[in-house]
Amino acid sequence: MVTLKVNGKPIEVNAALDTPLLWLLRDYLQLTATKFGCGAGHCGVCSVMVNDTLVRSCTVTLSSLDNAEVVTLEGLESDPVVSLITAAWIAEQVPQCGYCAPGMIMATTALLRRTPHPNDIEIDNAITNLCRCGSYPRVRKAIHRAAAAAP
Amino acid sequence: MQSWGAVMPLPINLSRRGILKGTGALVLGAHLPCLIGTSPAGASPTVEVINAWLRISAETVTVMVACAEMGQGVFTALPMLVAEELRIDWRSVRAEAAPFDPVYGNPLLGAMRTGGSISVRGFFLPLRRAGAAARLMLMAAAARVWRVPISELSAEDGTVSHAATERHASYGALARLAMRQRVPLDPKLREPGDWSLIGKPLPRLDIPVKVTGQAQFGIDVRLPDMLYAAIRHCPVFGGTLGTVDESAVRTRITPAYQPGIIAVVPFKSAVAVVAETWWQAHSAVAKLALTWNEGNAAGLNSAAIDATMVGALDVKTSGRIAIVVSRGEVDQVLKTATTVIEAVYRQPFLAHATPEPMTCTASVTAQGCELWLPTQDPSHYVKILPSLLGIRPERITVNTTFLGGGFGRRLESDFGLEAVLLSRAVGRPVQLIWSREEDIRHDFYRPISINRATVGLDGRGRIVGWRHRIVAPSILGRVRPALVRDGLDPSAIDGINDQPYDFPALHFDYVRQDVGVPVGFWRSIAHGSNAFAVESMIDEAAGATGRDPYHFRRELLARAPRALRVLEMAAEKAGWDKPPAEIPGARCGRGIALHEGFDSIVAEVVEIAVFADGRLKVGRVVGVIDCGLVINPDIVRAQMEGAIIFALSAAIYGKITIEKGRVVESNYHDVKMLTLADTPSIEIHLIDSNGAPGGVGEAGVPPLAPALTNAIFAATGRRLRTLPVADHDLRVIP
Repeated sequence: MVTLKVNGKPIEVNAALDTPLLWLLRDYLQLTATKFGCGAGHCGVCSVMVNDTLVRSCTVTLSSLDNAEVVTLEGLESDPVVSLITAAWIAEQVPQCGYCAPGMIMATTALLRRTPHPNDIEIDNAITNLCRCGSYPRVRKAIHRAAAAAP
Repeated sequence: MQSWGAVMPLPINLSRRGILKGTGALVLGAHLPCLIGTSPAGASPTVEVINAWLRISAETVTVMVACAEMGQGVFTALPMLVAEELRIDWRSVRAEAAPFDPVYGNPLLGAMRTGGSISVRGFFLPLRRAGAAARLMLMAAAARVWRVPISELSAEDGTVSHAATERHASYGALARLAMRQRVPLDPKLREPGDWSLIGKPLPRLDIPVKVTGQAQFGIDVRLPDMLYAAIRHCPVFGGTLGTVDESAVRTRITPAYQPGIIAVVPFKSAVAVVAETWWQAHSAVAKLALTWNEGNAAGLNSAAIDATMVGALDVKTSGRIAIVVSRGEVDQVLKTATTVIEAVYRQPFLAHATPEPMTCTASVTAQGCELWLPTQDPSHYVKILPSLLGIRPERITVNTTFLGGGFGRRLESDFGLEAVLLSRAVGRPVQLIWSREEDIRHDFYRPISINRATVGLDGRGRIVGWRHRIVAPSILGRVRPALVRDGLDPSAIDGINDQPYDFPALHFDYVRQDVGVPVGFWRSIAHGSNAFAVESMIDEAAGATGRDPYHFRRELLARAPRALRVLEMAAEKAGWDKPPAEIPGARCGRGIALHEGFDSIVAEVVEIAVFADGRLKVGRVVGVIDCGLVINPDIVRAQMEGAIIFALSAAIYGKITIEKGRVVESNYHDVKMLTLADTPSIEIHLIDSNGAPGGVGEAGVPPLAPALTNAIFAATGRRLRTLPVADHDLRVIP
């Protein structure tokens, strides 16, 4: 039995300890904003926060999550930074297929919390998520827009 | 209701046949994938269906979208066409995925299918007619209620008005009565000068749900009592399943399955595990001890495939050669030409690598079969499932979710049929998700190809003759053999038979060379591979006589003003008349290429730098598109940006390697793609045009690879004729 918090709610999980956090979120908790892309930590569509650190949830297993605090995009609905980011994503019309958007927004949230006004190099280094549709130029613009809108 | 049954000899666009299924989905309360937006609080729950394309409620107008939304913007562009004629506030428009029904077939494809960049082209007229017809029906309803002639009414901004008596009624209030009005057969459409929505960069309807994580993709479908499945296919193409040893997934004490495991289901060439969660299924299927009958393909490898392809370059048997186009006496011209150059261009198999892996959720019951999946071709399931399941086509419901990428991969039905068979096997709804490794290794790849071009130039450096052979496996030979006539697969010669360039004598032929690796449609398919060969060779021909590649192309386009304008704008915007920017320590260069396809023309200029250690940096891409009339310019720009990045990933990194009949690559560590940090600055320009709308989703892909390798040549003097670029060592040779 592993005890953790997901989006502020205490959860007790009885599942195989090698179960990745991604599948705990998707199949046990029905939190489907976090996507499955590669299962190997390459693409970032499964990005979430664990103890305020950005992680790729397909590579984090339940065994390492006892007492952890997990936050997914669903848990950030009223977060002020995330609100600015989603507004910027809409203003710049970033997504195409949109499958990478939740992970990109999580990665951007982590970046802007740490570096409220990132330059292009800081954006390059922080946003390593893959977007097959090629929305990258708009991702960059939207990050600058969100940063500029921050108080 | 009786008026619904009135026989309306209408083309596909205005029939009401799709209505029943459309409302059925609502009444049954099943999952409605891709429902965009929700009714505002307090809105009337009454929803009236005006025709197959429209549902009007008090506050909103929902447009049924018959094409799959895979990022290309159909959930916005197509509703814009309806809204334009209906004359409603864009903010009241919602989009919803149409369930499968023949009424929703794309007139240009003859089926409900999304591919070939043909959504706007197919629906440009039908959807405007649907909107215009609905507006007339709303006006007819008002005329009946108010007992006034319809000619005295106006209908704007969602309201029908009678100016003389100052009466007004909202579309929502009139919708029920409007349904009973006669459907006008040939409603008058607005003049382009009166358009208020077409041509505007309206915000996409699907973006708000995509940034909150609420958008429902295939893997997000959740049904009561649903199970999950993972699958392992025979690693060798064409091989079959031998034996399955299940002991690793059973308990020791009893023969029961371990907790969570529901079933192990063998297929002809795969085995799947169904479980309560996907991770359980995935872990279990990995643990099964299997044997495979590998079959004949086990000896296949990339080197042997290459040798076979090269061999076909010299095939002389007339039965194997399909002539694409032949004009003038090419052989004679080449004999007398001042200069003759010849080159062979090789392009590898490519994987689609859609961000959302292959997935389908199926529910097979005694009542029928219902599917929820990201698919570009719902029509295929309705065609093949009746015989597979022994049920009538009416018992099959296909719901298209949002697609996490498509690029042609989801025109195939392999994964969907697996889900159907799994649901039938366990008697419960099953969501099958392939792992990324299965996706990369069991794709229908962009065909490998070899092009050989032999070009003759006269004393003034003009192209006088062009002989060209394409060698490639056939896609249509597998999916639509009837379309392959006299050995010619029309999909393999795309973009070569209708080029804008003017060559006095030419002979293009095609040799089909299947090699035992499954091939399929991939964003721009042969337009991409053929453009690489043609646009590389044009640069080589220019270089052979020391000509500037841009001015050389201009002369070849003397009789193609539309293409010439695109090329000239690309050169102008890129600053072709000035030397490219210098970067200290790097060799810098610039390349240009043009391609016509999908009723659109695109030119791209790529600026690159190659550093001493061989590292390639793509600094800037300028893209110009003439896609005729533009419905939504921001969507066209986004598609161009995306196409350039997609094509850069393919040109720089893309290849699938075969060893022992298996695909070597498996995940994003070896199927690499551009990241944000690698992305060049991209500038897109749209040609202002009133021409018929052209395709946009794929048109930006073909010119990129040749523009890139032309730039590498300009920078380094090295002509890369084999893709991908990453296979070449670009260091300075001391």
